[in-house]
Amino acid sequence: METLTEFFAMGGYAPYIWPAYILAAIILVTLLGLSLRDLRRNENTLKALRTERRGRTGDEVSS
Amino acid sequence: MHRFANPNQFLRIANPVLPWVAWLAALSIGTGLYLGLIQAPQDYQQGETVRIMYVHVPAAWMALFVYASMAIASATALIWRHPLGFLAAKASAPIGACFTVICLATGSLWGKPMWGTWWEWDARMTSVLILLFLYIGYMALVDAFDEPTRGQRAASILALVGAVNVPIIKFSVDWWNTLHQPASVVRLDGPAIHPSMLWPLLIMAVGFTAFYFAVLIVRLRSEIAAAKIRNIRIGQVHG
Repeated sequence: METLTEFFAMGGYAPYIWPAYILAAIILVTLLGLSLRDLRRNENTLKALRTERRGRTGDEVSS
Repeated sequence: MHRFANPNQFLRIANPVLPWVAWLAALSIGTGLYLGLIQAPQDYQQGETVRIMYVHVPAAWMALFVYASMAIASATALIWRHPLGFLAAKASAPIGACFTVICLATGSLWGKPMWGTWWEWDARMTSVLILLFLYIGYMALVDAFDEPTRGQRAASILALVGAVNVPIIKFSVDWWNTLHQPASVVRLDGPAIHPSMLWPLLIMAVGFTAFYFAVLIVRLRSEIAAAKIRNIRIGQVHG
């Protein structure tokens, strides 16, 4: 317990060290999350457009 | 090289690479955190605050590396009109901007206890702030035109002109009298820091580089899909 408290205290520099690490983590995780969200959104739109187009060309062929 | 400029050809290579770089990023950053936060010793001058360096320095390297990659990708896009070159630059810009923000913020958090100030307008800090503005300017410009190709050209030219800032940042600590300390890792006579501190730094840098490539592949796939969507929609309007 003692050593854990000591670890988190960081020799008195905790208010500088932990925000540095936490901020970096938040920025990188947010970037990754937003990039994955955009990818999923674009791939879904593309798939929808392609099935729609295939459906329409199918109609033209049958008519 | 021309083969990789074809988006579908690129995806065939990039998709299998993605899980490898993603795992490499997770493992290296995990190891880097363990070495940097627990294993590495205190610095005799900086005390525990030296641990901020294990994020700050790799982030600074990435800020420069991503910008250099962006400038090279923009050059190939302008000279050979590789569509992928432009998309790679566009996909890189937000990643580089994020690393630059991390570099500036962690530098500030280190500067307050060690220098007694959050910020100083010295050559190193000012030139890195300009780098952030270049990233932001690129991202703003790329979507500023109704006709995408005009935005692409304007943003690519900005990326190339801004590349002059990269050597200025690197050598700012030698050319001017800066509060920021000079290089201690990338120098002609070899690294001037102890291996117990060099290793966490290098492993973290590997992790950040792998993270960059993983996110770059994700964003590039997204950009390629967006370009295909645009083409289909244009086809629908004219068809």
